[in-house]
Amino acid sequence: MKKILSLGLIATSMVVAFAQTAGIKVKGSDTVLPLSQKEAEVYMKEHKGASITVIGGGSGVGIAALIDGSTDIAMSSRSLKMDEKMKLKDAGKDIKEVEVALDALSIIVNPSNPVKQLTREQLEGIYTGKITNWKEVGGADLAIVAYSRESSSGTYEFIKDHVLQKKNFGTSILNMPATGAIVQSVAQTKGAIGYIGLAYMEKTVKAINVSFDGGKTFIKPSVATAKNKTYPITRPLFYFYDKKIENQVAPLVNFVLSKEGQKLVADVGYIAIK
Amino acid sequence: MLKKIINKIIEGFIKTSGWVSSIIVLLIIIFLFKEATGLFTKSPLEEGYVLVVNKKNPIDKLSPDQLKNVFDRDSTSWKTLGGMNAPIEIFTVEDISTFYNDSMIGANMENLPWCINDHIAKTENVISYFPEKYLPKNFEGKIMHLDNVSVYQFLKNKIWLPSARPVAQVGALPLIISTLLVSLVAILIALPIGLAAAIYLAEVADSRIRTFLKPVIELLAGIPSVVYGFFGLVIIVPFIQKIFSLPVGETGLTGSIILAIMALPTIITVAEDALRTVPKAMKEASLALGATHWQTIYKVMIPYASSGITAAAILGIGRAVGETMVALMVTGNANNFTFSLLKPIRTIPATIAAELGEASYGGMHFKALFALGCILFLITLVINVYVEYLSGKKTK
Repeated sequence: MKKILSLGLIATSMVVAFAQTAGIKVKGSDTVLPLSQKEAEVYMKEHKGASITVIGGGSGVGIAALIDGSTDIAMSSRSLKMDEKMKLKDAGKDIKEVEVALDALSIIVNPSNPVKQLTREQLEGIYTGKITNWKEVGGADLAIVAYSRESSSGTYEFIKDHVLQKKNFGTSILNMPATGAIVQSVAQTKGAIGYIGLAYMEKTVKAINVSFDGGKTFIKPSVATAKNKTYPITRPLFYFYDKKIENQVAPLVNFVLSKEGQKLVADVGYIAIK
Repeated sequence: MLKKIINKIIEGFIKTSGWVSSIIVLLIIIFLFKEATGLFTKSPLEEGYVLVVNKKNPIDKLSPDQLKNVFDRDSTSWKTLGGMNAPIEIFTVEDISTFYNDSMIGANMENLPWCINDHIAKTENVISYFPEKYLPKNFEGKIMHLDNVSVYQFLKNKIWLPSARPVAQVGALPLIISTLLVSLVAILIALPIGLAAAIYLAEVADSRIRTFLKPVIELLAGIPSVVYGFFGLVIIVPFIQKIFSLPVGETGLTGSIILAIMALPTIITVAEDALRTVPKAMKEASLALGATHWQTIYKVMIPYASSGITAAAILGIGRAVGETMVALMVTGNANNFTFSLLKPIRTIPATIAAELGEASYGGMHFKALFALGCILFLITLVINVYVEYLSGKKTK
């Protein structure tokens, strides 16, 4: 019994101690997570005594936490949805949206695939399930296996809005839980096509040049083309926070936007906004 | 005296633990069903938006299916939906600048509601959806109301696209079928192997081999499922793809094979226990009548232990039905409505695990995932009740 009591005491004191030291809480998108972790690590090293807790879980989780006040900053790989905006408004929060980095999405295929370039219209056809064979887009007679991220990920939404022009994905599209799984599957499936963040690019897969002007110019995905905004499939990554606590979170946000912070963005594999 | 008090305290502690855990389970179930029922009391239209057509449009109601076709540009004429003979024109707020110039919209978009109203009133074949806050006060179009999703539709519809806009598509049928199919095939693979292993352990193996094999099999149950999943993705997926020369190796069968391996320890342990409960007298009577060891096993022991073996199989199915990580990694997660084992499919647990993190809290998608959770809960509940019933029969 004594043991249980003392264990309980230790547990409570730990909880209390944890609650006291938690400075800024950052929560949300798993895409932004590695970036925020790196930023927090370096920031805490430079500012002794500062404390930042970074938690993943997904953009939706982060924004839900922002609504109920359990996080200070929500990380997100998509902009706010209408119902989230309404809920934030109801909760009396005036939200500031900060772009912290850019993420370019590469369209990848198996290295054995002779296709080098695709237009937006062709990509739309493939992902809505209307184009099912590579020969329809200038390749070999081979069935197309299209891989996508899960319907709830910010990456999926982005592809849907910008590549499919808000049309729905076809039902035969394979949804993978993580970007790593897409790379693995595309590398071992001959007829595969997928999309991944530029940072995840590997030698086992081949990036496709894309054209968003009907086939006039095909752009190769790279840091340079993403930065000068010629590469069309580039999306911003966000931090959201309540304007009321701006003083509290500003040091961290400013650090992320500083020259040093933006260098870390490039280190993690995303594209600096400046 | 002190001992008595300590005993009383321990007794109380045990009692409260029992009660607390039962209550927690109950609360979780209540929470699950409460969130899930929300799906059926909400309009499937994206929250905060309105769906409008021109006043003269004769159509009052469109089903979620029809709306999906409209916004995917698969239906292009009102005629196919039972309306006028005119093409469907989709108008979104982003298009407003192609119809009205900046000075008409206003610097702070203060005239936006007016512009929207004007455009919809002028265009007879228009359909549009936009945030409710842009809805003008004296709106001259027709606001469409959508029926709530019914339980029947949820179970019957074949399209699962809960993040579709403007109308969520929540058809759970392909997910339910895939889940049951994958688990059933997994058990068909696992049961013969598991039963053979159980007979070997209970009857054939000598005690030295058994003391070695038993912990090894139990170790199988201790391997994290993500390890199984990765093993499947790297080894089984290319293997299946090659053998059946498929375009893609992530299929229901791949999932079944790995789930079968994962269900083995459960099946072996429970079936072996069942075989061990066969009374010695019965076995010896059979042997004394001149039956061989094998005849005794399949004519006397297996029939006697049959209810226990069935329980083993069903518990194995239960294990497979609820398995998340493996299904997520190797079945491809495509919303195919199919009974084929060689196509990518998507199971309920994988869907919940993959989508819950990013769904907006309390929204349509979120609630649809909880409703899926309810279905999964009911499936496992039926399985467990059946196992209880079987083991109750055995003691009689």
